Amino acid sequence: MSRIFSRIFTTDHRRLGILYLYLALAAVVVGTVLSLLMRIHRVWPDAVIPFFGVMKPEDYLALVTMHGTLMVFFVLTTAPQSGFANLVLPAQIGAQRMAFPHINAAGFWLTVVAFLVLISGGHIHGGAAISGWSMYPPLSALSASGPGQGLGVDLWLISIGIFCIAAWLSAVNMLATILAERRAGMTWSRLPMTVWGWMVASILTLLVFAVLLAAVILLFSDRHFGSSFFIPMGDMINGRVVGHGDGSPLLWLHLFWFFGHPEVYIAVLPGMGLATSLFANFCRRRVIGYRTLAGGLVAIGLLGLAVWGHHMFVSGMNPYAGTAFAMVTMAIAVPSTIEVIGWLAMLWGGGMQLRTPMLFALGFLSFFIAGGLTGPLLAQPALDAYLHNTFFVVAHFHLVMGMAGVFSVFAGIYYWFPLMTGRLMNETLGKLHFWISLIAAYGTFFPMHFAGLAGEPRHYDRLAGPAISFPSLIPVERGITFSALLLGAAQLIFLWNVYISARRGKPAEANPWRATTLEWNDGALPNRIERGPYEYEFPPDEGGLHLQWESAAKQE
Amino acid sequence: MPATFTRHPTEIERKDPGIGGKPPVDRRPTGGGGDGENWDNQPHGRNGPRELLIRYRLGVMFALAGDLMFFVALVSAFFVRQTTGHFDVHDNFINDWRPLAVPPILWLNTAVLLLSSAAMEMARRQLFHEIDVMEEWLGLGRPAVKRAAPWLVAALVLGVMFLAGQWIAWEQLVREGFRFTSPDPSSHFFYLITGIHGLHLVMGIFALVAALVGLFTLKKIELRQIAVDSVAWYWHTMGLFWVFLFVLLVFFQ
Repeated sequence: MSRIFSRIFTTDHRRLGILYLYLALAAVVVGTVLSLLMRIHRVWPDAVIPFFGVMKPEDYLALVTMHGTLMVFFVLTTAPQSGFANLVLPAQIGAQRMAFPHINAAGFWLTVVAFLVLISGGHIHGGAAISGWSMYPPLSALSASGPGQGLGVDLWLISIGIFCIAAWLSAVNMLATILAERRAGMTWSRLPMTVWGWMVASILTLLVFAVLLAAVILLFSDRHFGSSFFIPMGDMINGRVVGHGDGSPLLWLHLFWFFGHPEVYIAVLPGMGLATSLFANFCRRRVIGYRTLAGGLVAIGLLGLAVWGHHMFVSGMNPYAGTAFAMVTMAIAVPSTIEVIGWLAMLWGGGMQLRTPMLFALGFLSFFIAGGLTGPLLAQPALDAYLHNTFFVVAHFHLVMGMAGVFSVFAGIYYWFPLMTGRLMNETLGKLHFWISLIAAYGTFFPMHFAGLAGEPRHYDRLAGPAISFPSLIPVERGITFSALLLGAAQLIFLWNVYISARRGKPAEANPWRATTLEWNDGALPNRIERGPYEYEFPPDEGGLHLQWESAAKQE
Repeated sequence: MPATFTRHPTEIERKDPGIGGKPPVDRRPTGGGGDGENWDNQPHGRNGPRELLIRYRLGVMFALAGDLMFFVALVSAFFVRQTTGHFDVHDNFINDWRPLAVPPILWLNTAVLLLSSAAMEMARRQLFHEIDVMEEWLGLGRPAVKRAAPWLVAALVLGVMFLAGQWIAWEQLVREGFRFTSPDPSSHFFYLITGIHGLHLVMGIFALVAALVGLFTLKKIELRQIAVDSVAWYWHTMGLFWVFLFVLLVFFQ
């Protein structure tokens, strides 16, 4: 009994990393099912769905809210950051353990509590919150505004408050580990790129989740203690004046997006670091412009703290502020482009080994470019005024954050699977999973650009039915739904692959990808690190591998 | 060996040897140094006596950086809420902010908290005083603990006094008609800011008690140092935050 207890409530970082991945898996399964229900509802609004019956508009909004919250917080924040970093970060910097193993474990269990509180919102009277994952007041501050806006919003706020504290704890642990636990000789320019990604993401986590926690507390106080931080005077719901005080809903938007925008980078920076590592490994090439790429990650993180206003162009914010935010937002394209050019330069010479992790890293790159290119468009206040509440924005962030983030998680799982199980994942199933996912993901999200340009609004529960407003878009919608169902089905291949490979997969050798970074070092560590992380020789041959854990002198 | 701090500089600054003299090891062209700080000059294995202390200090500092952002968010909300309002039917801009006169006892509380912080610093320094630490490390009694404990108790008592003072300030405000549930945004902010800061101090009090217990129960001097040091930095930061928040509440109504 105590063995089971200590196995579950472990402070071992590798075990915690796997637990984080399980948590993200649970969240992603629920989130995906919810999104498929939304897609089905958009095409067949009167269909009777098991457990749901005919979906009411508020049910659809609850699905939007829960899907967004689950995916952003419990998948894209936990898996790439906490999951993989716990799994390999200490090994990659040559540390035996995290700086604060107990704080690390506390962070994980608080995240689990937050997850349970959030999904309990779906099972209470009135259902889950319906304000969207950004929870805009005044509607989220007043429980009269909808069926899920009573207990549903309270549970959402409590869950996110707990999540903030958990994220804060694990960021403290991560940063102290990276700064204080590196082995001698592990200099800044010998850190694997993944560590740079995790470090910048942890700094952002530390700075922005605290602000979200403050905002959540203020909103909770508005709902229950009669304050009016966010509730404007004379606010009306169903013809009844419910507003009191002179609060400002815009204040919530500022606080929320000060968190919300860096959150995007928290989700995608670890993926950028991982992609850099994988490109180097599967092209057998050094990282070209290591310092520039690492500096680019830092620049993206820093600029990311100053662009939140581009989510608020149509909110009634001062237009001069909008101009400033537009400039900074377009400036962020510069370091992003530097990263992309760096990756393309690494891929330029060819000789890629197209193993499954590499394919997913390339998929990440593809989505990062495809989704990123619409970023500067949406950064224009004038264009955003038209596009902001359309499906164009849905397409943008699902490609650049959602798909890019998820593909980087897949790349990480295929790549580090041998570290978790000692076995390799099945290549054939992996490639099948990749190609179907890639095509279906583009099939799902790319047409949304056209739907958005045609003016199809987001957050509306139906286009068809009694009030057909966009008849010409119905075929597009149908195509998107079929594609989304295919995308969902392709993940069953992945789950089957994980299940079968963990049991009967090909046993992996100690360093199956012939990588040079320290997590593949199976055995004693040297006293001192003397090599950079990506010292590959090209063309690849057995002698040309400069492992980071071997001394520089021995190779000569 | 534990980390220490000395009153007198022990290392005599090395003079430039001039022409003919040997340059210091780290400046010889044949070894060491090279490309700046690359950790090559550090000893193998453990990173020196301060390794554990540095780790915990880093943790406390990072945690407090996040906490700082939390208070920054509250303070910016304070300034925004001061200026928001609505237009009435005659197009007059109406703002419901009613400045709150802070109870004078807060001045006394501030002084008490600063004194508490000073006592905390005295306690912290005792644990890094070289001669005492050496004696403890060698097992010759516990002079550092004996000197630090009274200061720690003083910091604790002053901290509790501060919290009691805050409670009195709330009671005075309630008597004047400023409750949390009253419609004034200024009173919401007052209770919220003092309440959340007070909550931080309650946690700090628990940490102080834990450090005091640790001072007598922890076997290693290194761990005793860490316990007091971490709590001290937390306590100082809360003192500093309070000074800022107090200035905000008094002068920026």
